[in-house]
Amino acid sequence: MKDLRLERDVQTETNKIEARKVQVYYGTNHALKDVDVDILDKTVTAFIGPSGCGKSTFLRCLNRMNDTVASARVEGMITLDSENIYDPRVDPVQLRAKIGMVFQKPNPFPKSIYDNVAYGPKIHGLTRTKAELDEVVEACLRKAALWNEVKDRLQSPGTGLSGGQQQRLCIARAIATSPEVLLMDEPCSALDPIATAQVEELIDELRSQFSVVIVTHSMQQAARVSQRTAFFHLGNLVEYGETGAIFTNPKDPRTESYITGRIG
Amino acid sequence: MTNGPITAEPMAAPEQPRTTHSLFAPDKRTAMRNAQETRFRAYGLVAIVIALLALVWLLISIFSAGLPAFRQTFVEIPILLDAKVLDKAGHGDPAEMASVTTIGYGKLIGKALATEVEAKGIDIGAMTPKDLVGMVSENAAADLRDMVLANPKLLGTTVQFTALANGRIDGYFKGRVTMETAARDNNTSPEKLMLADKLVAAGMMEMRLNTGFLSMPDASDKRPEAAGLGVAIIGSLYMMAVVLCLALPIGVAASVYLEEFAPKNRWTDLIEVNIANLAAVPSIVYGILGLSFFINFAGLPQSAPIVGGLVLTLMTLPRIIIPTRAALKAVPPSIRDAALGVGASKLQTVTHHVLPLAMPGVLTGTIIGLAQALGETAPLLLIGMVAFVRDFPGAPLSGLFDPASALPVQIYNWTQRGDPGFVERASGAIIVLLVFLIVMNTAAIILRRRYERRW
Amino acid sequence: MSLGLLVLTVLALAALGYAIGRRRAMATAGGDLRKLHSLPTFYGWITALGVLIPVFTVTVIWLFAEGFVIHNSALSHIDPADVPADSSVNLMMADVTRLAEGLSVLQAKGTDVPAVEQDIEALKTALGDAGVAMGNDPTPSMIAAAEAVRGTAKASRLGLSVVSLILAVAGLAWGLRRISPDFRARNATEKVSLGMLIAASLIAVMTTVGIVFSLLANTVHFFSIYPATTFFFSPTWDPKFGGGSTLGILPLVWGTLYVSVISLVVAVPIGLFSAIYLAEYASRRVRGIVKPLIEVLAGIPTIVYGLFALITVGPLLRDWIAMPMGIGNSSSTVMTAGLVMGIMIIPFVSSLSDDIINAVPQSLRDGSLGLGATPSETIRQVVIPAALPGIVGAILLAASRAIGETMIVVLGAGAAAKLSLNPFEAMTTVTVKIVSQLTGDTEFASPETLVAFALGLTLFTFTLGLNVVALVIVRKYREQYE
Repeated sequence: MKDLRLERDVQTETNKIEARKVQVYYGTNHALKDVDVDILDKTVTAFIGPSGCGKSTFLRCLNRMNDTVASARVEGMITLDSENIYDPRVDPVQLRAKIGMVFQKPNPFPKSIYDNVAYGPKIHGLTRTKAELDEVVEACLRKAALWNEVKDRLQSPGTGLSGGQQQRLCIARAIATSPEVLLMDEPCSALDPIATAQVEELIDELRSQFSVVIVTHSMQQAARVSQRTAFFHLGNLVEYGETGAIFTNPKDPRTESYITGRIG
Repeated sequence: MTNGPITAEPMAAPEQPRTTHSLFAPDKRTAMRNAQETRFRAYGLVAIVIALLALVWLLISIFSAGLPAFRQTFVEIPILLDAKVLDKAGHGDPAEMASVTTIGYGKLIGKALATEVEAKGIDIGAMTPKDLVGMVSENAAADLRDMVLANPKLLGTTVQFTALANGRIDGYFKGRVTMETAARDNNTSPEKLMLADKLVAAGMMEMRLNTGFLSMPDASDKRPEAAGLGVAIIGSLYMMAVVLCLALPIGVAASVYLEEFAPKNRWTDLIEVNIANLAAVPSIVYGILGLSFFINFAGLPQSAPIVGGLVLTLMTLPRIIIPTRAALKAVPPSIRDAALGVGASKLQTVTHHVLPLAMPGVLTGTIIGLAQALGETAPLLLIGMVAFVRDFPGAPLSGLFDPASALPVQIYNWTQRGDPGFVERASGAIIVLLVFLIVMNTAAIILRRRYERRW
Repeated sequence: MSLGLLVLTVLALAALGYAIGRRRAMATAGGDLRKLHSLPTFYGWITALGVLIPVFTVTVIWLFAEGFVIHNSALSHIDPADVPADSSVNLMMADVTRLAEGLSVLQAKGTDVPAVEQDIEALKTALGDAGVAMGNDPTPSMIAAAEAVRGTAKASRLGLSVVSLILAVAGLAWGLRRISPDFRARNATEKVSLGMLIAASLIAVMTTVGIVFSLLANTVHFFSIYPATTFFFSPTWDPKFGGGSTLGILPLVWGTLYVSVISLVVAVPIGLFSAIYLAEYASRRVRGIVKPLIEVLAGIPTIVYGLFALITVGPLLRDWIAMPMGIGNSSSTVMTAGLVMGIMIIPFVSSLSDDIINAVPQSLRDGSLGLGATPSETIRQVVIPAALPGIVGAILLAASRAIGETMIVVLGAGAAAKLSLNPFEAMTTVTVKIVSQLTGDTEFASPETLVAFALGLTLFTFTLGLNVVALVIVRKYREQYE
């Protein structure tokens, strides 16, 4: 496996997403406290930390998926391209088209492979003709490195693929709406090592077009794929910076204990 | 990264143009989709509202038609029980007095009513004493006769007799009969209705609680005012007793076998599918089974609660077995392991530990099954429970073989009668039936709430 | 001995067996519990079961056999030449049974039965006074047959009592003799108990067998006296109780399907949308209140819906829709029954669909919402397609329910068999005709009565098919997401 750290170069310095003083409550449980993060464009940002530290919760704030949980309450400000995504004028539907999401467990719809990828473009009305849609589907499957494996069976159900293929299908599905940011919630935790490597390679490819935010419980994975890393602990953002710096020279003792395996 | 998948195969599609407009900018398509969302949500809400309105409409319709059945118009008449008329031999022997039929008593009532009306100074116009008899129910004479035969000492005295008013008069006070309909009606006349108003003014006639509706037997087609649910309630209770005594033990035994003892093979799978199907077989098919097996083959009597009870037992069994099995399944295997581990036999494990823990679920299922059986009509029609039964069945066990009616069948029976007064009776009977069902279901809910255990 | 007294006596003997069995077991072990193979209770139980089981088995068999014996003993008294031309042996036997009952009533009243039997006129009046109605006047041979019925019944009951008591006592004695410290009472009790459990679970199978057999036997009988082609293909249903009926099932099937389709048209959209709203949109509190309220609709007895159709919905449709539009003047119509039945089956669609929609994994919803789909798009394009097999199963079950429903159509749809498209006309269904052909005094020899069994078999086959398909679909669906 190639160590991507060698090629670590942050291509842009523009902030895509800025989060200020974000608080999340589940009922009375204060799940996330005072989180300030800037996520750069065309960069892979990794959120790491022990389970229950709030990293997935924060990820779900970024495209307002927490809206679907009745008891969740989000405070503070999160902006996308300097526009507050919690502004009452913002439609979460429009927002989620710009900030796509890939989930922990591969969750292809019980439809054909083609329909899985075409789902997003169809609901958002991104294509005008069937030919255009075909092109988008092919392009996305290619970007997800799945085209060669499925091009002869686009009409067979997506649930029939292997775990790694399913997850890449879900990635293809997410990029089909041409999002600007791609959120990934432990995308490899349900996959075997070979499939994991394929997905990781893919994530690095995607960096050229999207800003990618990935939640992972594997520090090796964070080190391999990300340029920037944020460490969460007990609902707090402990440390955030260049991946190399976090792993080689952590400033906070908690980060150091986690990286060296003493907590988590 | 030079030989990655992207560079290895050139892009077929051109890079899509990025939509970079602001999140705040209203987007036509999103607005449309949101409108669609609102519409879709509204459909769901409308569907629920329709379903609930249907429930409310049903209940209002039944209650408004049925509540009047619990109130009835009565006439108070002082009657001199003339010994010369009622006991010609003068021995005070009920057997001899029985030779005076209800017609004789009817005349007596007419005379007494005429005297009383005259005494109160009420103008009856051109009405004859025969018309006056028409003010009271045809059942009144029979009631008076029963009263006298039961207590011959009343002879010669003046009793304050409370007679049921005629169904049409009663209907007049309940708004069912008007002056216009009375003019076209052979069974009553506007004059009678006007007299009824005067009787009310004179305090001789009034409407009060009708306990007889729950205790009296059915009455013939022309006497809706005298029809009651007594026999039907007893019949239904007998049938429920039979169902409870048979379906609960058999259902529990069958569930215990299937859940705890039966080997998992095709045979038990077949029994399982079979039970699920039996629960969905139309109830009328059970009626056909009851008719051809219990009545024609086994020679049990028609209209008897025992046959109704047996048919309903067969129908209720799968409806008890299914929740009972679910309750048994919900008891965690660790409990069984614990009991087996200290050397209890399998049967002891089940009877000492599993069954007591599953009991709330079993009883809840049983009560709900009984409630369904109580309201079931169709199979009972086929085993002859529609017959007109006026005699109360005897005490159990032999009473189970006597003819009886049942609540839902009595309701059906009344809907088939000509006199509009029976619609009120049928609706009233439904209220009684619903009260029974509400009590049973509430008991089931309380049982479930109080004892439900989550493992 | 009356049945009740007999039952009590046998139960008392069984209780006695339990008590003595227990005590005897302890006695044989010299009061030392440890010397016994099983707990004393088991010795009590096995003794009690030894009393109960033989008596119970013999009683059940006896009661069924009794019917045959009585029938045959009466039949031997009836001279076939005595049977009137317009009647049959079966009808006469019905009269004999009634006569026998009447005679018992008279005897209970203190009438001198043998004396009355000599004088047929006196017998007739006496029976009339006692409220016993007869089809034909009693003849001497019928009186003899009735006496045979009464005599055999009496002898049979006496025999049953004697045999039961002997068996009970013998069972008690045998059970007590077996008791010794080495007797494996627990194993024996458990073996017997397991047998009883198996017997109980077999009752469900026996019920199905009984249904199929009673329907099939009578249907075969029906087709032996009535042409099957007419039954299946004639468009006319016209039973005449003098013979010469045309009994075509087509108009009944048409009415049944028409009513069911209307009810599904009402119930499926309402039920499905309610289920969707409750599963996907409603808050926990709303759901907790609304779901049970909708399910109340399923708990209301069908006779209540029948009356609702008869007194409220029927007249309403007639006065506000059918009459003004000039398309019908009956209050009992296909539309009335279909509408009311639709209300009844709403919860059958909504409850099961609700469960099934809830079983669709949340990850699919997240996947769709995460792509920027609105909740309704998620429901229509992801949740419903995923839940479709289960929902189809739910609808099939509701359809089977609608087809087999009786009271609503009896009171709401009318009794006229018609092949018509107008939903505001009275039509009739298979279930209505089963009720009308089998209610009242029936005689099981004429095609007019037996046709009900052929109708019943058709109904049973049809609903069974729907149920099996629906249950298989729902079961497969559940397994998919478990």
